[in-house]
Amino acid sequence: MNARSELPGLIDHSKTTNGYIGQSTPRTGAKKLLQGRGTYLDDLRLPRLAHVVFFRSPHAHARIKSLKLDRARQQAGVIAVFNGQDIAAFCTPWVGVLGHLKGIKSAPQHAVAVDRVCWQGEAVAAVVAESRRQAEDALESIEADWELLPVVSDMRQALEGKTLVHPDLGDNICFHRELKTEGFDAAWAAADVVVEKTYRFGRHTGVCNEPRAILADYNPADHSLTVYHATQAPNMMQDIFSRHLDIPESNIRVICKDVGGSFGIKVHVYADEMATAALSVMLRRPVKFQADRAESFLTDIHAREHEATIRLACKRNGEILAFDLEDLTAIGPYSVYPRTSGIEGNQVVNLTGGPYRHQQYRAKLDVVFTNKNVTCQYRAVGHPIAVALTEGIVDEAARVLGMDPAALRRINLIPDDHYPYSFPSGIKFEKLSHHQSLDRLLALMNYQDLRAEQASLLEKGVYRGIGLAAMIEVTNPSPAFYGVGGARISAQDGATLRLDPAGMVQVLVSVTEQGQGTEAVFTQIAATAVGVSIDKVRVITGDTAVTPYGGGTWASRGAGIGGEAVLQAGKALRSNILDIAAAILQQDKASLDVRDNAVVSKLSGELKLELAELGRVAYFRPDTLPMGFQSELTVTRHYTPREYGFTFTNGIQASYVEVDIDTGFVKLLKHWCVEDCGTVINPMLVDEQIRGGIVQGIGGAMLEECLYTEDAQLLNGSLADYLVPMSAEMPDIVVDHVQTPTRSSELGAKGAGEAGTAGAPAAVMNAINDALASLGANVSTQPFTPERVLQALGKVA
Amino acid sequence: MSDPIERLHVSGSVHVSESGHAFNAVRGEQKMPVRLQVNGERIEREVLVRQHLVDFLREDLGLTGSHLGCEHGVCGACSVLVDGELVRGCLMLAVQAQGKQVQTIEALSDSGELAILQQAFLEHNAMQCGFCTPGMLLTARALMQEVHAPSRERIREYISGNYCRCTGYQAIVDAIETAIKRRHALEALHALGQQKVSNTGEPEGASV
Repeated sequence: MNARSELPGLIDHSKTTNGYIGQSTPRTGAKKLLQGRGTYLDDLRLPRLAHVVFFRSPHAHARIKSLKLDRARQQAGVIAVFNGQDIAAFCTPWVGVLGHLKGIKSAPQHAVAVDRVCWQGEAVAAVVAESRRQAEDALESIEADWELLPVVSDMRQALEGKTLVHPDLGDNICFHRELKTEGFDAAWAAADVVVEKTYRFGRHTGVCNEPRAILADYNPADHSLTVYHATQAPNMMQDIFSRHLDIPESNIRVICKDVGGSFGIKVHVYADEMATAALSVMLRRPVKFQADRAESFLTDIHAREHEATIRLACKRNGEILAFDLEDLTAIGPYSVYPRTSGIEGNQVVNLTGGPYRHQQYRAKLDVVFTNKNVTCQYRAVGHPIAVALTEGIVDEAARVLGMDPAALRRINLIPDDHYPYSFPSGIKFEKLSHHQSLDRLLALMNYQDLRAEQASLLEKGVYRGIGLAAMIEVTNPSPAFYGVGGARISAQDGATLRLDPAGMVQVLVSVTEQGQGTEAVFTQIAATAVGVSIDKVRVITGDTAVTPYGGGTWASRGAGIGGEAVLQAGKALRSNILDIAAAILQQDKASLDVRDNAVVSKLSGELKLELAELGRVAYFRPDTLPMGFQSELTVTRHYTPREYGFTFTNGIQASYVEVDIDTGFVKLLKHWCVEDCGTVINPMLVDEQIRGGIVQGIGGAMLEECLYTEDAQLLNGSLADYLVPMSAEMPDIVVDHVQTPTRSSELGAKGAGEAGTAGAPAAVMNAINDALASLGANVSTQPFTPERVLQALGKVA
Repeated sequence: MSDPIERLHVSGSVHVSESGHAFNAVRGEQKMPVRLQVNGERIEREVLVRQHLVDFLREDLGLTGSHLGCEHGVCGACSVLVDGELVRGCLMLAVQAQGKQVQTIEALSDSGELAILQQAFLEHNAMQCGFCTPGMLLTARALMQEVHAPSRERIREYISGNYCRCTGYQAIVDAIETAIKRRHALEALHALGQQKVSNTGEPEGASV
């Protein structure tokens, strides 16, 4: 047993500092995670909790001829077994389309399949039992009879459309987009050099350490539903449960406890999760669904299955004139609700060529249906594709022109004094810092020395390569991302700050925490804005009944949007505190300030009133305040980015690799990243976001691929078969920053969460191809497995 | 919870049979009594013979600090100590813990055994979502017991059976290095204290 004096609550943390923004303070709230005392969804225990497991389709495309559930209903512990029609009576289907993606189409999707299954792993029946073990045992007693339907697994085959995933839709095309700038043809004709290459990107997935999970608890007495959910967007889910289960929105409460990683995986509507909510209503008791790892591989969204041809036209001096893109991507049988599966391809079109000053661009995108698992927005959405296409072809051009890749980039990167800037795809940049970032990167990595080392090692038969990848990144999205398309996804976020009687500040924010340190940076901002030490601040997120309404955590928006709301609420609270202090002290408000947990004289810093004393008076002895004076110690502020569609960030990465040309193995020696996310609130947390993102990008580039057979059966649905980055193979990563604060908010913070993932695959690819260049070999299909490297070298078929 | 491997062919392809289940698994309804120590407490329970140790700890004892990431021995999130040895809680049956001493993150935190590591993890932000963290800390502890002064490469190799999706591992390696340095410094201080004790009879510094 701990001695009483050792209990953490009694340890004095009263060191006070003003201005936590920009400081690497350790994350508040992390200690419980370090002691295994977090609360992930599967850790929750409720009375009468029932467990659901799903009978899933073994086929990629089949009609359900018959489904025999009676024997399963007789098994020990089984509470109920339902088919798709049963659940459809309580949960309406959905269609994942958005108004601003012109022409996008999809088919209605049910919580549990009705009549037909469209991918292997789609839920066909739900078994609810007293324990998960009993529910899984009962699965064996379900008998299904199938009529197999033709399978569309290849995206070229899907595009041809001889076999249809959804015959009612007429073709397999979910979304098509073309764009061409006016001067494109002329620019193309004026080119001295045109380079062209086709790149392929394997499907991969998020592999959150904590698989998806939901616990729905319906209370029939007041027709209310409380949903504990490992989600990134609680208000979005509140709206969706309301509309599809026909329960008033205000009767639905979504609570996010600790979430074991999200990365975009946990921001979508999943059929089995909707079914779980419906089952709770049907059975009038709490029901939990906890996906296991096999279910995660079969049903968590996948991403990035693309085949794209990119052409670059330039002058002999290296000036890039135009890019020409054709992208084909396959998204599985449904466009995922409500964000759609058209966004990733759309981002590739928007972002390809992004760092450069060319003014002419042509692009064509086809997003097609197949009978594999669905794909949708996963960390860095489209960026890893766009950056790899752009930076891959820029390196090809450098080779053809005989120029150094860094020199070619310097000629073409948009100059740092050319902002605001309109890009040919239609997007606008407020202010970027490509050249500063390039300079910083080259200095950081000792580029010239590294080139010399590379050349001398090559003479000894050691094949090393250096790869650069400049990038732009979408962050802090405005309503233009989803809201204008009709999705009920908030673009604004809110913060409520309250000074409590003891002088503590309670902060409630609509942005959620999945481990990024969101709550920690809000603590720093709130403490700074109010004038208290961080140990006086408590942050609460992830509860729709408690926090202001907002979008949640996705698209690198938490710090930039939620943080600005916290800052503005904190400033308002400080002002209200000073009103009360002025009333108590009978002094001019303008002569007072809040510093170090107390009201002080602005000029001399002399202590006037501790906040705990101010709180005591305001809450318990307001009778001593002037008649007519009402203290307001709770304030709420919101923030919506409006001026630009997105607050773009920029950065550049570099990778240094060694390729073993006998085995095809690539050793990642080192990685660098210089990134500009505007105001850095906590450098340590930002650096770790970048590092984690880079390794996630490396995973996609080197290891991760969801492999399917020709009849769309997943081959590698376990962590033993699907490779993820582990520590031994990963390089040390050097991170540095240029800070160009956005002027659209007072905080000036842009997003940082996805930049690492956006640029890493391109940097690694370029490094491998740089290593192989002297052998005339080149890789272009991710992931770059040893087999593919050897194929490029002509050593294996 | 059943092992997802039961629904996979280990050779690779995911097979859900026509009946929705690949194996006609032997029903593990049989129960056995087990007596063991968990975090220093004597525990006696009837457990299903097929129940994994980590499920027993989480479901029967409410010790939810050990997490289930893959249930097939790859991710390391369910790591616990059995008679002081690092064990994957998803690869050991509860009945196999008969007569043994099991320690989990909760007790190892309370005893202060992990304090140096936990402090270093906090300072380096060597955890984000925290799901892998208990397993990572226990693995790092085992490394510190096994190897006196591991190189960075050795640390990376040692923890490469623990999956972390958030950090990219570097901060974890940094934190373990810091913890090792601090332990060495404490040991040196302690040795100095011992020396002084023998020189002067005064226990200076020995309290560190």
